[in-house]
Amino acid sequence: MTPATHFAEREHLICTVSRVIEEEKSYWVGGGGEPLYSILLAQRLYASGVQYMTEDGVIAPQSMMPWDPLMTMVASRAGYRALQWGTMNTAGNFAQLGYVDVGILNTLQVDRYGNINSTVLGEYEGGQGRRFGGPGGADTIAAQCWRTILMTDQQKRKFPEQVDFISSPGFLDGPGAREANGLPPGTGPWRVFTPWAMFGYEEKSCELMLMAISPFVTVDMVLAEMSFEPKIAPTIETLDPPMEEELEIIRTQLDTDGQTTGRGQWIEKRDDKYVFAETQGRE
Amino acid sequence: MEILTEGQGAYLPPDPDGFRAWVRDNKPRTLVHKMMNEHEAIERFVSDGDYVAYDCNYFQRGPSSLIREIIRQKKKDLWVCGKFTYVALALLVEGGCATKADIGFVGFGPWLSKAVAAGRLQTYEYSNVVMTYRLQAGAQGLPFIGVRSFGGTEGFSQSGAKLVKDPFSGKPVVLLPALNPDVSIIHVHQADVYGNARVFGTGISHVDCALASKRVIVSAEEIIETDEFRRDPARTSIPHFTVDAVVHAPFGAYPGTVQGRYASDVQHVVECFGGTMRGDLQPYLEKWVYSVDSHAEMLEKRVGWKKLQELQRRETIREGYSI
Repeated sequence: MTPATHFAEREHLICTVSRVIEEEKSYWVGGGGEPLYSILLAQRLYASGVQYMTEDGVIAPQSMMPWDPLMTMVASRAGYRALQWGTMNTAGNFAQLGYVDVGILNTLQVDRYGNINSTVLGEYEGGQGRRFGGPGGADTIAAQCWRTILMTDQQKRKFPEQVDFISSPGFLDGPGAREANGLPPGTGPWRVFTPWAMFGYEEKSCELMLMAISPFVTVDMVLAEMSFEPKIAPTIETLDPPMEEELEIIRTQLDTDGQTTGRGQWIEKRDDKYVFAETQGRE
Repeated sequence: MEILTEGQGAYLPPDPDGFRAWVRDNKPRTLVHKMMNEHEAIERFVSDGDYVAYDCNYFQRGPSSLIREIIRQKKKDLWVCGKFTYVALALLVEGGCATKADIGFVGFGPWLSKAVAAGRLQTYEYSNVVMTYRLQAGAQGLPFIGVRSFGGTEGFSQSGAKLVKDPFSGKPVVLLPALNPDVSIIHVHQADVYGNARVFGTGISHVDCALASKRVIVSAEEIIETDEFRRDPARTSIPHFTVDAVVHAPFGAYPGTVQGRYASDVQHVVECFGGTMRGDLQPYLEKWVYSVDSHAEMLEKRVGWKKLQELQRRETIREGYSI
């Protein structure tokens, strides 16, 4: 494969996540955007047999391409050639039974313990905060999949010390809290990916831990876009840039009009280094 | 059973005995002709103050024509089951119909923040699957259901759920109150005149909605003979005795899609979303709801045959959606 020389940071994010997807694991992905594009990309390049489900009870589809961003769930293209069609409780039951290894989600905010907010920015009480749509299926995904992968942008406001509202559970307030609240043992947050970095969690403390950075940023740049200081892994890896073959699939089959990946910054290779680009947008 | 902690949100109190008595007294056991137009169905079976559930949503095989009729009839003080929904709740709130919602997922935007801040909408927080499990418990005639999610969230604190000590294992488990809506509205691919109904493809909670609700209105793309059900009984999704009204509504999910029948109208979807993002849905409601008398008139005057044919043409996939 050929390393790309000009790409959007969100394209890079999708490529990075697609490479951690494993064929032998089962996935529950949010119904659109980056989580879905990551698994669709993985199916095309790295894990052709990998199976996923969505919250409308579509089990292991072979979705029709190019992807239609308006026809995500309860739509024929997204559920095309599935192995089973059920309902929302079909998906919920499979996850509750332990059949779903990994959930992949977008989030508005994520905090030190991996808690997820998709309900309100600002105060919930009193009704003056800025409201969002609620957890949707994310609460079940985050509670019951064995591992949860989160995708979000690297911005200070996305990484508060504590989320404004816990819509879906991370490690709540630390070790043991999930089990004390009735969630199945052995589950929980596993990775957070942003266009700039990859985080895991320190096992003992359940706290977010920086593990790798993208080739166009430094550790300090990542930390400057967080409202708290995460744990830092002993060795910080550098993530690979996107490959031309990956971008080709994203641009021609997945996010064809750039609705999802077009936002955010663009990166280019200049003097053998990856830097923020002067030219934004697809060429 | 020891309660460890409990949510503070109001909830529709489960009453399985009351529901059984309702079924005994109100649901005919024989095949009764239930065809009526949308006006009569909503007028008779949706009352001010009702708890209303709909399956899927305004853009995805939802009962869009019936949602517009509820708004046209200016029903009041509805409590909405806001699972897996984009703009339907926005339309019902801006139409002055809904004042409360249990939220799994709803399409957000300035309309939502404004309605909550102004006190026009009271929300209670759940998740999509938590809501469909509540409906499942309601559909089983049970008072509650245990789930292994939702605990520890702040949604839990704003809900009717309780964390208890499981009397069998001694471990903590979340209990959700069963949900038995006053009325459910469900759009299906096919129905007969008695209310037997078929949904092809996935759905969110259509069968549980029908079983759990006191009143059920089904709108159908197509009315078929009862003999068709007898020829392939495994394809019956909803049995007639749960249903109170059958409305023949071709393109009833418009502007949304019905799998295997027609695609969604992208321009219309954008227009509707635009209204929620601007926080002003009145022009939308005027154009698509108030200024027409019925779904049929809306299709004729506002959409047109040419567009409807285009939507049918764009839905190319048939596998799994026909018999």
